Amino acid sequence: MERQLKNFGQLGNKRIVIAVTALNAIDSPGPGVAVIRAIRECPDFDVRIIGLCYESLEPGLYMHDIVDKTYQVPYPSSGTDTLMGRLMHIHEIEHIDLIIPNFDAELFNFIKLKDKLSDAGIRTYLPDLVQFEARDKIKLYEFGNKHGLTIPKDIIIHQVKDLSEAAEKLGYPMVVKGKFYDAIVANTLEQAQKAFFKIQAKWGLPIIVQEFINGTEINVAALGDGEGNAISVIPMRKLYITDKGKAWAGITLDDTSFIELARKFVKVTKWRGGCELEIMQTADGKSYIMEVNPRFPAWIYLTAAAGQNQPAAMVKMALGEKVETFTDYEVGKIFIRYAWDLITDIREFQKISGTGEL
Amino acid sequence: MRLKKNIATSDEGFIFNPGTGDSFSTNEIGTEIISLLKENKPQEIIIETICAKYDVDQNQFEKDLDDYLSQLKDYTILE
Amino acid sequence: MGKIRYERPIIQRMNTGFMNKFGTRTEFEPVTNIEGVSVKSLINQYGSPLFVISEKQIRRNYQNATRIFKTRYPKIQFAWSYKTNYMNAVCQVFHQEGAWAEVVSGFEYEKALGNRVPGNKIIFNGPDKTDEQLIAAARNNSLIHIDHYDELYSLIRLSEENNLRPRVAVRVNMDTGIYPKWDRFGFNFENGQAWNAITRIINSENLELVGLHCHIGTFMLSPLAYATATSKLCELTWSIKEKFNKTLQYLDLGGGFPSMNTLKGAYLPGSDTVPSIDQFADAITDVILGYGFKQGDLPLLILESGRALIDDAGYLLGTVIATKRLSDGRRATILDFGVNTLFTSFWYDHKVSPVESFGKHTEEMVLYGPLCMNIDIVRESITMPLLEKGNHLVVHKVGAYNMSQWMQFITLRPNIVLIDNENNTHVIRKAETLEYLELNEQVPEHLKQNSLK
Repeated sequence: MERQLKNFGQLGNKRIVIAVTALNAIDSPGPGVAVIRAIRECPDFDVRIIGLCYESLEPGLYMHDIVDKTYQVPYPSSGTDTLMGRLMHIHEIEHIDLIIPNFDAELFNFIKLKDKLSDAGIRTYLPDLVQFEARDKIKLYEFGNKHGLTIPKDIIIHQVKDLSEAAEKLGYPMVVKGKFYDAIVANTLEQAQKAFFKIQAKWGLPIIVQEFINGTEINVAALGDGEGNAISVIPMRKLYITDKGKAWAGITLDDTSFIELARKFVKVTKWRGGCELEIMQTADGKSYIMEVNPRFPAWIYLTAAAGQNQPAAMVKMALGEKVETFTDYEVGKIFIRYAWDLITDIREFQKISGTGEL
Repeated sequence: MRLKKNIATSDEGFIFNPGTGDSFSTNEIGTEIISLLKENKPQEIIIETICAKYDVDQNQFEKDLDDYLSQLKDYTILE
Repeated sequence: MGKIRYERPIIQRMNTGFMNKFGTRTEFEPVTNIEGVSVKSLINQYGSPLFVISEKQIRRNYQNATRIFKTRYPKIQFAWSYKTNYMNAVCQVFHQEGAWAEVVSGFEYEKALGNRVPGNKIIFNGPDKTDEQLIAAARNNSLIHIDHYDELYSLIRLSEENNLRPRVAVRVNMDTGIYPKWDRFGFNFENGQAWNAITRIINSENLELVGLHCHIGTFMLSPLAYATATSKLCELTWSIKEKFNKTLQYLDLGGGFPSMNTLKGAYLPGSDTVPSIDQFADAITDVILGYGFKQGDLPLLILESGRALIDDAGYLLGTVIATKRLSDGRRATILDFGVNTLFTSFWYDHKVSPVESFGKHTEEMVLYGPLCMNIDIVRESITMPLLEKGNHLVVHKVGAYNMSQWMQFITLRPNIVLIDNENNTHVIRKAETLEYLELNEQVPEHLKQNSLK
């Protein structure tokens, strides 16, 4: 580590302006605040952090030691032209060097805008569209098959009558999933039908029916360089989860098989940027990739605490520095998430709500 | 028809209702109407003042003012 | 001293749904002209509502699509899908550019003949062709795309009775991995129906099998589905050559390419998510070129794109009739056009722009049409500047289907104006009048009077 960091002398002179999204550090948190905390802790550069928020009550924007200034941006559904217009307005004022988007729903737009942002002098460090779409839930099985990664079998269906055929192939229990969110385990056809209608009403079609994998869930945060190398890989097991299934506490693990799996994923996809693999390890030691999140997870600060500061490394790579692959990290580092009531004033709320800036 | 006493307003068009905890934003004409309401000006004076200053015919403004005041009432900003 | 510009007073609660306004300025950029012609002058001259079509944009779209396909494949032919927009002026722009005609009814067939499209450049699709129409199409040497066995056997019988030798293609339906599967048109590939139909045609004395046709769906967002369809048609073409030593002249991949409109319920706007024509062209031509046909046996590739070539050449101009507040506090704006005129508002969240310039304030509203019908909603929720009675609006990308699927219901249909290459305007369909509408009505003698006073 020490030796690597000395190479970053030239970054130290300039204040880097970094815009970060997902400041919703609430009970089901976005990663933004954790990403900023990790970046700020890196001694190799001086940063000015611009928060980009969607809602005026995202806690991060009231944390003035985390963000220097926040701007509201249009929701992803308003499209790239609108987003680009707003970003250029902010860029004129702030001279942004780098944008780190952290929401699943906004990534498509930012990836689409990559070249335009780069023309304007704003860097990003994102996968390209092909990489991004390959890990989409609906295509993951096909993708895994092609590259020799173990993914639970799934069948995409559009009609409730296709459930019985899917059940014959997958067996019970099976998992009925929506194309964006939600997953319900079904033990009988009746349960599966109920789940189908419930999810269809919420997320529409198609419905994904997936083989049920029983085992221990492991999460891995990885950072790829776009050439096939994983610069950092940190595996973590959740120690306790909230009723929404989010990590409440987690611990870094020492298990090379997860690291190898993440390296293989980064290699075959040539993944650029951060990602999180959700892995299920069965009793007989088989590891399935359940899902791939195309961005840093909310627990990303644990990577910095364990000695592989992934957000800081990504900043360096985005700015064109060569970062050597991390080798060591501290096993047994624990994070415990906690809630804290931040106090602010009506004036701040009115300012961000009324002017879109704080 | 009066503004509630404790309603807090700012020149930038923010309105805070301490009774309910709700915040609102209004535009320039809205801000002017609220400050006239604060001075307990009757509706005729409000219409006269705004129509003298802005390029709007009186029927149009009466209709818009009605709509605005009914919203203020809905939001319990007016007594 | 001049008075200050007026904007009606508004108040909005600060909570979710309200914040979205920042940075959305581009949405409210006023559209003051179309191809250099002022929107206000168009409305003054031709009335409101008003459809406007840009000839330049149609030609740009057509030339762009042909360039994309021709740079990938040597033999390309587009056929204009009449049902998408069968204003004669619009059809003629396509025919001048070189497009054949693709029709799906006897009425459209006659329209194409009326536009002086040679019979052998008319493709006759669809499940409803009468005996008379089949005979006429065969005599004109048109391409008859057979949809079902009843039609196939009718055509065999008619050809024998009338000593005709019609040129035909089989419409094939298939599983391309997309949903819904369009299996109601044509003969199924997977269950062997298509092959049986092909065999029946080749064994008939009178019919000449010249091509294969498929049309896998509408507003397709998956280029891969076209690759699958192409590969299945190639497989049939190959088998026909092997079994019967017969080389087909063409493969018709139909239409279905989407426009940049945003479908209702889609999260991201169509302008960001809809695949480009390049991607569809790659998917289709890669398969044919890679299939192993001998250079001389490469089939002509026919495309029947409608929507993708015309949608963004059409605009609908309109006027605000009134604004009001609904009982739940939402703002409502009533326009002089509704679902009767803008039929595609049933499927799309159309982009709507103001014509006048406004201040920075906006509000969320419902856009209603003028019909006295609850279903008459143009946009369920849209953020717009503070519109007033008399303001004008421009709806974008309305060139496809509206001018053929519109309804004469409650109001009369408006003028359609074409802006030509030199930016001159021409009415290409006059606004309807009561007289026009009652032209075909007949009132029995005893109903001509009443005694109301």
